[in-house]
Amino acid sequence: MMYKSWWKILASVLVLYTVVGGLLIKVPALPILHESIRTVYFHVPMWIGMFIAYLVSVIYSVKYLKSNNINHDLMAIEAVNTGLVFALVGFASGMTWANFTWGDYWPNDPKLNSSAIATLIYLAYVVLRGSLEEEQKRAKISAVYNIFAFPIMVVLIFILPRLTDSLHPGNGGNPAFGTYDLDSNMKLVLYPAMIGWALISTWLMTIRYRIRILENKNNQIN
Amino acid sequence: MKKFISFLSMMFISAILFAQDSKIEMADELRNSGKIYVVVTVMLLLFLAFIIYLFTIDKRLKKIEKGK
Repeated sequence: MMYKSWWKILASVLVLYTVVGGLLIKVPALPILHESIRTVYFHVPMWIGMFIAYLVSVIYSVKYLKSNNINHDLMAIEAVNTGLVFALVGFASGMTWANFTWGDYWPNDPKLNSSAIATLIYLAYVVLRGSLEEEQKRAKISAVYNIFAFPIMVVLIFILPRLTDSLHPGNGGNPAFGTYDLDSNMKLVLYPAMIGWALISTWLMTIRYRIRILENKNNQIN
Repeated sequence: MKKFISFLSMMFISAILFAQDSKIEMADELRNSGKIYVVVTVMLLLFLAFIIYLFTIDKRLKKIEKGK
């Protein structure tokens, strides 16, 4: 599966379609947002990419605890590394957009603050791994940490902001995706974009994982 | 009569103001002039380069994996 190329081609086609469709297909004319609503086609998929990466990571952490296969642990760490890149790009794109629509790079919005905390939790995962020397110990402790981190991340990013007032749509009584905010034209681009970037995220983490496996083999020979 | 005219003019002015409020500016000119296709082409090229780069990395990795 990892070495097959059909899903990589699918990812490429979807992302390229998003670029064309995202710029050319009609969007609703809304005040404040104007054309910048198109940012949603690129900003939201970054967070989807991050979510997929963390999801794969927690799955492989569970697998590691079951199997004690060190390769599963390597997949978990490389998935988190990929997820962090997507989170950073998500922050950067969101902050640029926020500056033009909400008037500040970092308005005091619950979704921003909680996703920052979630990102710090995953950065702590990387730090935790770096601080443990012994391979088996590092794999086991970080797998357990990762299993705790994942539900906390889901609560912080996807649940808590919905319970309070937020500038993000779908939170605190704001109209969610699926109401007038996101008409059927926009779904035509946003959903393929989400799938495409989820696949790109998967692709990147498998590449990192394969490099890691090779490094690991090299280290063992020496 | 004067009152009526001023009433009419008020109606007219408020109608104009209303119409201005409901008009939301979009990049229609960029689309009409066709310059939007420049943006589309440039972004398409960038993303295409990114994807081709990924494929070449993938290919090189496959070679190294087979060499083992």
